[in-house]
Amino acid sequence: MANKILAILEQREGSLKKVSFEAASIAVKLAKELSLEVEAVVAGSDINNLKDVSRYGISKVIHLKNSDFLNYSSSGYTETISNYAKESNAVCLIVGNTSFGNDIVPRLAVKLNSGCIVDCVNLSVESGEVIATRPVYAGKAFVKVKLNSDVKVFTIRPNVFKVETSGSENATIEIKEISSPNLKSRVVSIKKSEGKLDVAEADIIVSGGRGMKGPENFILIESLADALGAAVGASRAVVDAGWRPHREQVGQTGKTVSPSLYVACGISGAIQHLAGMSSSKYIVAINKDKDAPIFSVADYGIAGDIFEILPVLTEEIKKIKS
Amino acid sequence: MKIAICVSHVPDTATRIKIGTDRKSIDPSGVTYIINPYDEYAVEEALKTKEKLGGDSLVYAISVGGDTNKETIRKALAMGVDEGILLKDNNQRDSFGIAIALADEIKSLGCELVFCGKQSVDYDNSIIGQIVAEMLGYNCIPVVVDFKLEGNKITAEREIEGGKEVVETELPAVVTAQKGLNEPRYASLKGIMSAKKKTISEKPATPSTNFTEVIDMNLPPSKQPGRILGVDSSAVPELVKLLREEAKVI
Repeated sequence: MANKILAILEQREGSLKKVSFEAASIAVKLAKELSLEVEAVVAGSDINNLKDVSRYGISKVIHLKNSDFLNYSSSGYTETISNYAKESNAVCLIVGNTSFGNDIVPRLAVKLNSGCIVDCVNLSVESGEVIATRPVYAGKAFVKVKLNSDVKVFTIRPNVFKVETSGSENATIEIKEISSPNLKSRVVSIKKSEGKLDVAEADIIVSGGRGMKGPENFILIESLADALGAAVGASRAVVDAGWRPHREQVGQTGKTVSPSLYVACGISGAIQHLAGMSSSKYIVAINKDKDAPIFSVADYGIAGDIFEILPVLTEEIKKIKS
Repeated sequence: MKIAICVSHVPDTATRIKIGTDRKSIDPSGVTYIINPYDEYAVEEALKTKEKLGGDSLVYAISVGGDTNKETIRKALAMGVDEGILLKDNNQRDSFGIAIALADEIKSLGCELVFCGKQSVDYDNSIIGQIVAEMLGYNCIPVVVDFKLEGNKITAEREIEGGKEVVETELPAVVTAQKGLNEPRYASLKGIMSAKKKTISEKPATPSTNFTEVIDMNLPPSKQPGRILGVDSSAVPELVKLLREEAKVI
């Protein structure tokens, strides 16, 4: 049996997440370059869009199934997936760097006696080895790293790896019923937050800082975010002031993000904030101080009054979207 | 009950990073080191838990690294931690190497509950707590914003994309602390004075080999300065046009 790369897919409430397709795509690409077999593996109860992974070049999906896997169980998923990785001769695992990946990957690595490299923004093959690039110091620097263990585990940052459709293979789905999984640690319920999108996963982020002058003015940020289909972000200053919840904080001690578009409104650009967002593909800054450091990383800027500019921008976006 | 906190000694978040001459790590000259910000939430939660349990609970702060890590251990002692332990190694260790040393010490102390920061703000791996737990066969809840312990049972809320998971598990366990879990106390003058008297025991860290090999470290590519399109909303149409036609992001 040939050695394998496994793309470990993530499902929430029975639907695969987008980062799973990104993991599948890069796993397929690496498998080709390393002449390995590739499979997708998912633990869960019923999953409604499992076939969708076929589009990304996956021909075999292993569904590790149990009705208790509707919600995540750290112990149960870790044991089930690591058992499968061992019995299938997996030499490399690719997982999305999400709260799921963050929880399970280090534990899988210990079980597989392997190292892991998390939050990779690039994976390439050089002289037969997988070389990972990842940010350190919240993006103030980047390292190229490799693993010296036999099995290698990587997590990929969401929204960074391209999904590549390759043909329309109809993947075989193999269901393995898991009996009496280890549920020592399990999720009993999920409390959803009001915001629609999470900054860590969003393709567009509209962030507000102290220049918004008060929590009540974030309605302007939310309106623009709604018009763009974006997530709302915040600077550390406004989170510490209690204007916005911590889950929206971008930067060191918050989230490091790489969306396609980052709109910074009334954010001057402290070094901790710049570290967390400067790898965004495009950055727009709106700030009345033309010397603010945020303009040094912005592609486009308007050096003016946020309260005059934002409503006009929101209207303009609504016009082109309608 | 014995409670352990794993603390790490990291560059201040305001640090401007310069790459060292080895091109594999940062140039430490002129860098101020602090207790990892997330570890302060871990210390606070450990102390709160001790206060709630009462009796003869003991809280240990453990750190892996060189002599300078004692500054960070002292900070934890000043906040109210009972004892400090430095597991010495002057060489660079990866997360697994650090975790092996921590796990061995936690085991020999017999700590049933372990708090860590959810990540260190240097390498940002966010994996040590989970590795320690798995090595010890403990349960683990990472990225926790709410923690309750009743008898042996833990109920914690953990931050996930778009919400929180309510997780139930039992001791022994490792919990990693996220901002929002609590408000870390300031070290009082009395605390700082008594921390000077508390002992920090030193022992060699368990030998380990790194799984991870750094090939090189670089600064991010510097960006071309952007274009200021105007000073008021009259620049908005041009901005939207550029976003659609040049950047193609909307």
